[in-house]
Amino acid sequence: MSKLAIPGMVLCAGLVAGSMGFAVPAVAGGAKVGMITTLSGGGSGLGIDVRDGFLLAIQQSGRNDIEVVIEDDQRKPDITVQIADKMVQSDKVDVLTGIIWSNLAMAVVPSVVNQGKFYLSPNAGPSALAGKGCHQNYFNVAWQNDNLHEAAGNYANQAGFANSFILAPNYPAGKDALTGYKRFFAGDLAGEIYTKLGQTDYAAEIAQIRASGADSVFFFLPGGMGISFMKQYSGSGVDIPVLGPAFSFDQGILAAVGEAALGVRNTSQWSKDLDNPVNQAFVADFAEAYGRLPSLYASQGFDTANLLISALRAADVDDADAFRKALRDADFASVRGDFRFGPNHHPVQDIYVREVVREGDILTNRIISIGLDDHSDVYAADCDMPS
Amino acid sequence: MSATLIAEQLLNGLQLGVMLFLMSAGLTLVFGVMGLINLAHGSLYMIGAFACAAVVGATGSYWLGLAASLAAAAAAGALVEIVVIRRLYGRDHLDQVLATFALILVFSEGVRWIFGAFPLYLDVPESLAGAVSLPGGIQYPLYRLLIIVVGLLLAAGLFLFISRTRIGIRIRAGESDREMIAALGVDIDRLYTLVFALGAAMAGLAGAMVGTIQSVEVGMGEPVLILAFVVIVIGGIGSIRGALVGALIVGITDTIGRFLLPILFGLVMDPSSATAVGSALASMLIYILMALVLILKPGGLYGRPLPLRS
Repeated sequence: MSKLAIPGMVLCAGLVAGSMGFAVPAVAGGAKVGMITTLSGGGSGLGIDVRDGFLLAIQQSGRNDIEVVIEDDQRKPDITVQIADKMVQSDKVDVLTGIIWSNLAMAVVPSVVNQGKFYLSPNAGPSALAGKGCHQNYFNVAWQNDNLHEAAGNYANQAGFANSFILAPNYPAGKDALTGYKRFFAGDLAGEIYTKLGQTDYAAEIAQIRASGADSVFFFLPGGMGISFMKQYSGSGVDIPVLGPAFSFDQGILAAVGEAALGVRNTSQWSKDLDNPVNQAFVADFAEAYGRLPSLYASQGFDTANLLISALRAADVDDADAFRKALRDADFASVRGDFRFGPNHHPVQDIYVREVVREGDILTNRIISIGLDDHSDVYAADCDMPS
Repeated sequence: MSATLIAEQLLNGLQLGVMLFLMSAGLTLVFGVMGLINLAHGSLYMIGAFACAAVVGATGSYWLGLAASLAAAAAAGALVEIVVIRRLYGRDHLDQVLATFALILVFSEGVRWIFGAFPLYLDVPESLAGAVSLPGGIQYPLYRLLIIVVGLLLAAGLFLFISRTRIGIRIRAGESDREMIAALGVDIDRLYTLVFALGAAMAGLAGAMVGTIQSVEVGMGEPVLILAFVVIVIGGIGSIRGALVGALIVGITDTIGRFLLPILFGLVMDPSSATAVGSALASMLIYILMALVLILKPGGLYGRPLPLRS
C-alpha cells in the first residue's frame, strides 16, 4: 500500500510545482531574480518571511526593473532541483536566492553557480559551501551555519556552564550546529543526540536529559521541531536551563511556544531592538506592510535584496566580474549595522545573545550581551577564492 | 543508565503507540470495510488539531477544544465521504490515491488560507501541566499519562463497539461481503459514511491531543500518516486488533531504538560516530521491522491471508 502511495505523491507534487509566481516587466540595467523558497507545508513560515522581507526592500527601492520569479520548493530536494533547472534554462534568471534548508541548498547551489549564475543565500549556510566548496559566485548574506551555535557555546562558557547536553536533527545544518557549539564550549558533554529531521516527539530525548545530570541543554531544532521540544520540555518537570540559536525562539514561532520560552537565552545576528536607524525603519515598515513583527528570516531577506540592489547600482549584472566585485563590496546599509564579507563570501558580523521577554501581550526578544564580536567562520581558511 | 530511565522510555513508547493506534484504527477500518486507501487521513488529524487550537483560543476551555476536534474531524470526514470518497469505492487503488492526495493539498491550502502559515498556539491546560511521581521514583508528565489512559479506553471502547453492538456487527458483515449485507436491507451508504466519520473523529482527537504537546501547523499530518501506514501493514490491513498490536510494537520499537542504539554503538565506536550511526539506524528501525514482517507474514500479523489477486 505504501508502495502505491509514493509514486502518486511525487507525481502530484510535480504537478503543483510551478503554479506560483509573478512578474514585473524588466528593462535594461535591471536583473531577473529567481527565488526558490519554502511557501507551503511544514517550515513555510520561514520562506514566507524571507520572501516578504526581500520584496519589501525591492518595493522600497522604487526600482521596477528588478523582476522576481518566486517558486515554492515544498521543502523537497527533487522539486527544488527541478525549479532551479527551469529558472536557469527557461526563465533565464541572472541571480538565484531564497533557499531556506541546507540540504536543498546543497542540491542546487553548486550546479547553478557553475553555470555562471549568482546565488545569494538568505538563510542556509552549509559548511561544505564555506570551505573547500566555496565559489566566486556564491554569497551568503545570513551566516555560516556554525555561527550562531559557536556564539551559544561561547555564551555557555561566560554563563558558567560546565556540562551540556546537546541535540540537533540529523542533517547537514544539525551537524554544523553541534560542531559549532563544541568548537567554542569549554566544558564537558553530558550527552549528544541527533534526532530525526521533522521529529515531533521528544519524550525519549527528554528522559535522557533528565537522567544525564547536565547543567545546561543546548538544542538546535528549527521550525515546528523546536515548538514541540520546548512545550514538551517545560511540561516534563526537568528544570535544567536551555539555550539555543535564535531559530527556535524567533518571532514567527514564539507565539506558538508560549510561556515555555520566557527567559530563554538565544543567539542571533539580528534582533528587533538593534539600535540603528535602518533596523528601526525596517521593523516599523515591515509591521506596517504585513501586519506582524519581522523575524530574523525577514531581516535576512531584506538584507539580501538590499545587497542585490546595491550591486546593481554599481555594475551591470551581465558584466560578471564587475557585478561580483560590487557584491563583494557589500555597500549597503544592513539592518545588522556593521556588515562585510569575509574572503569566502560569508558574513563577518557581531552575534548577540538575546532573551525572550514579554512586551505587552506579545513575546519577543531583547539583546542582553554580545556572544561573539566581529565573527567570521573557521572554514574560510580552506576556501581558495579566486580574487 | 538506570531502571527508572528504561521504565520511563517504555512509558514513552506506550504513549506513542497509543497515539498511533488512534490514527491507524480509522485508516485500517476504512480500508478493511470499504477497500479504500485514504491518504487524506493525515489531513483529518490536522483538522482536529486546528479546531482544538481555534476553540481553545476563543473560549479558553481545553475540554471544549477536544470536543470541537472530534466534531470538526467527524464532520469533515462525513462531508468528504459524501462528496468525494463515495465515488471511489469501485475504482482502482491508483485513482483513490490520486483523489485522496488531491484532498491533502486542498485541506492544507484551505487551512493555510484560514489560519495562516504560522503555527498556532495550543498548550496543556493548567490542571494537567507538570509531572507526577510514579511508583519507583519515575517523574512522568501528567498529560502523557492522560494520553495513555484515554487511548487505551478508546481502544477498549472500539473493540466493544465492533464486537458487541448492532452497528459493529453490520460493519463486520460489510467487511466480509458488501453485496450480501446490502441485499439484507442494510443502508450501506449510511454505514460507510458512519465508519468514515468514526475513523475521522479518532484521527481528529489524536491530532488535538498530540498537537497540544507538539506544534499545530499545516502539514503536521503527513509524517504521522506514514507511520500509521507502517502500523497497519505490520498489524494486517483491516484488522483493529492488528492496528493496536502494530501501533504498540512501532511505538515501543521506535522509542527504545532511538534511546538504546546510540548507546549500543557507543560500546564499539567513539561517541560522535556512534551517535551518528545509531541515530541513522534508529530512524530506519521501524521500516526494517515492517520489511521483516512482510517477508515472514506478507498479510501482516493479524491480517487475512492474501488472496491470489487483489
